[in-house]
Amino acid sequence: MKFLKNIRIVLSILFFLPILVFFLDFTGKLPLVLHQFLKIQWIPALLSLNFVVIGILLTLSILFGRIYCSTICPLGVFQDVIEWKSKLFRKKKKKNRFKFSKPQNILRYSILGAIILLFVFGSSFLVILLDPYSTFGRIVSQLFRPLLIWVNNGFAWSLNSMGNYSLYKVEQIAFIPIAFIIAIIFFFSIAALAVKNGRLYCNTICPVGTFLGILSKVSVFRIAFEELNCNRCGSCEKNCKSQCIDSNTMSVDDSRCVTCFNCLSACKRGGIKYEIRYKKPNANHTQTPVDNSRRTFILISGAVVGSMIMAKANNLNSKKDSILSRKPIMPPGAQNINHFNAHCTGCQLCVTKCPMQVLKPASLQYGISGITQPHLVFSTHIFCTYDCNICSSVCPTDALKPVAMEQKKLTQIGVAKLRIDMCEVITHETDCGACSEHCPTQAVHMIPYKNGLTKPEVTEDLCIGCGGCESICPVRPYQAIYVEGSEIQTKAKKPEEAKKFDKVIDDFGF
Amino acid sequence: MKRRDFFKSAALAGLAAAFSPKAFGLTSTSKSLAVQSEPDMVAVMGGEPAAMLTRALKELGGIGHYVKKGNKVVIKPNIGWDRKPELAANTNPELIGTLVRLCKSAGASEVIVFDHTCHDWIKSYANSGIQAAVTAAGGKMVPGNDESYYREVDLPRGVNLKKAKIHQAIIDCDVWFNVPVLKHHGGAKNSISMKNLMGIVWDRGVFHRNDLHQCIADTATYHKSPALNIVDAYRIMKSNGPQGKSESDVVMLKSLIISPDFVAADTASMKLFSQVQPTDITDVRHIALAEKLKVGTQSIEKLNVKRIKMN
Repeated sequence: MKFLKNIRIVLSILFFLPILVFFLDFTGKLPLVLHQFLKIQWIPALLSLNFVVIGILLTLSILFGRIYCSTICPLGVFQDVIEWKSKLFRKKKKKNRFKFSKPQNILRYSILGAIILLFVFGSSFLVILLDPYSTFGRIVSQLFRPLLIWVNNGFAWSLNSMGNYSLYKVEQIAFIPIAFIIAIIFFFSIAALAVKNGRLYCNTICPVGTFLGILSKVSVFRIAFEELNCNRCGSCEKNCKSQCIDSNTMSVDDSRCVTCFNCLSACKRGGIKYEIRYKKPNANHTQTPVDNSRRTFILISGAVVGSMIMAKANNLNSKKDSILSRKPIMPPGAQNINHFNAHCTGCQLCVTKCPMQVLKPASLQYGISGITQPHLVFSTHIFCTYDCNICSSVCPTDALKPVAMEQKKLTQIGVAKLRIDMCEVITHETDCGACSEHCPTQAVHMIPYKNGLTKPEVTEDLCIGCGGCESICPVRPYQAIYVEGSEIQTKAKKPEEAKKFDKVIDDFGF
Repeated sequence: MKRRDFFKSAALAGLAAAFSPKAFGLTSTSKSLAVQSEPDMVAVMGGEPAAMLTRALKELGGIGHYVKKGNKVVIKPNIGWDRKPELAANTNPELIGTLVRLCKSAGASEVIVFDHTCHDWIKSYANSGIQAAVTAAGGKMVPGNDESYYREVDLPRGVNLKKAKIHQAIIDCDVWFNVPVLKHHGGAKNSISMKNLMGIVWDRGVFHRNDLHQCIADTATYHKSPALNIVDAYRIMKSNGPQGKSESDVVMLKSLIISPDFVAADTASMKLFSQVQPTDITDVRHIALAEKLKVGTQSIEKLNVKRIKMN
């Protein structure tokens, strides 16, 4: 049955590479359909209530065990890659280095319980933090992508200075401390665990792993000892990255087995095999999980109280300028803040695909439960492109519902607020009009002021909150015009077209 | 024999005088002669962009008059916006493509085209149709999205702007052409050849903070001025500029105005524009301010203007 491991490896590469490359691509040249690969991830499928995918994943798990963990989950495969490559750095380069360990039942079931309870009570904080796919997205987008852009810019610089413009410089993503720190912490702890304890993260912290562990206790196929062939050499146990094989008692903890099939390849005697569970009764030793309801309760209470405190703390922002305390601006398709906050897992896909890089991971703008969820941050020349709906079309969790292009041009994600007393035209009595210049709907337009000068005016019904005006307003540090986010995204009025000019001009006029 | 030789040389001289020197592709020694016979401004109406450009350049002594063999040429269109050509937010791609082709045919070693765009540069280059036209004609599109492409130059004649960071392509080239599109503009009132210069500089926030019109006029004092300002008025944007909202903002004028003089080109363009949308030229303050800085003249009646109607 050694071929099973090879199939697993091939499949995991096929699932992993497209996701990795899609997240890394900073040129926007990869086809957007690649995001379909992300729809088959557990948490996105659950959040977007994609019943087809949920059905397929459930069927797979009930049939074969946790093959989601070993092939489909990018964070799982990522750990395998780290574990595999760590051979280069480890002192003892032995292959068989794992040992059976007891499951961390209290911890894993508490985490799963806490996530579900918190989510039911309306906070997606832990889902965002612990969804394995989104964790992978954050690690790649916050750590690897910037590195790649940095390398690209180095090459671009040297090529450009020789007159070759086949590469061009790409703006580095904005540094958002919280998002970066989360990515760093997860990367190093997951990497360290992967090197030392294989899939311990998946079997202890990861809620998807824990959930699938429950399913895989009753899966049709499972890994089991063939007692007649086994000589208890322990080779299977030493190769088990889930540390779930106990060769002494000849038992396998199904709930932690990620069906990587390494044991099958390790065993030379056919002492362990992948077989149908239900042909022989009483062959499995399941462990009863510890009763942990009290601990779970305490943990959850703590988490809830903690998040309430932090959400409160967020409201105590100092209010120097109204621009600093404005409501966050959600990407188009977010619909309303409750839907968006509950469904977005902060995977950073839209952030990496935004051609203008106006989307950035939030710090505390959405409160504690919205850390790393995307919001729009405008800066010079960086605003939401009128003819673009990429973010809404790649979102795997349906936090952003697809918005057709014509619809996007009328989706009011925010409204421009003009502070005319700060405006350049008023304060210096000179022409400016940069805001109106950048306004695609002319919600911001110029009206007569004095001495032939014109000053801006905002028609709020027409404004879609793209931030063109704010991005280019020369008044700094706090612009004279800024966008206030809409908690409910409504439809803006369609801009009226200009009167057509249909006379014929056949003279130069000079 | 002497008399025969004399007649021969006299005949040759006569021939040479009859045909303008540039017809033979003669070089700068004969330039001063040529300049006198050439107009200060050429205005063409009624043709397609490529035909009008070719016709106008013929009046000006042909492209070879400006582009020499081995020259590095830069063309600076308006590619500021992610808009299709029909919306007239950017310079006509056919016009740019033709100019690239002409420069190449005159022996230019390379023809570079760029703009410091307002919208995403990749999308603007592509959707304006200019990237495709330039590449097809053998030119090279160069990015302008990063500060490292710009170098600081002095503007000693500038009033508010004494220094500016200008794209290295312009600084390093042998000759460049400024090819704006004629547009209404919410901020500067109108965008023509001098307003188009904002696309060769890096920091435009400075312009808006220090009297936009004066800064535009100051930029026009940059000593390396374009060989020609080629104002695209094939389609013009009469309202809601500089982006425009729809094709209702666009008027088909099928015109082209060319002059080496910024102020004259903009003045003439304003007169053409005002027939569609009456505009007081004094509101486009940078035109008068530039004249004050001796960048050029608004008195086009004193210039030798060649007007051509094609049909």
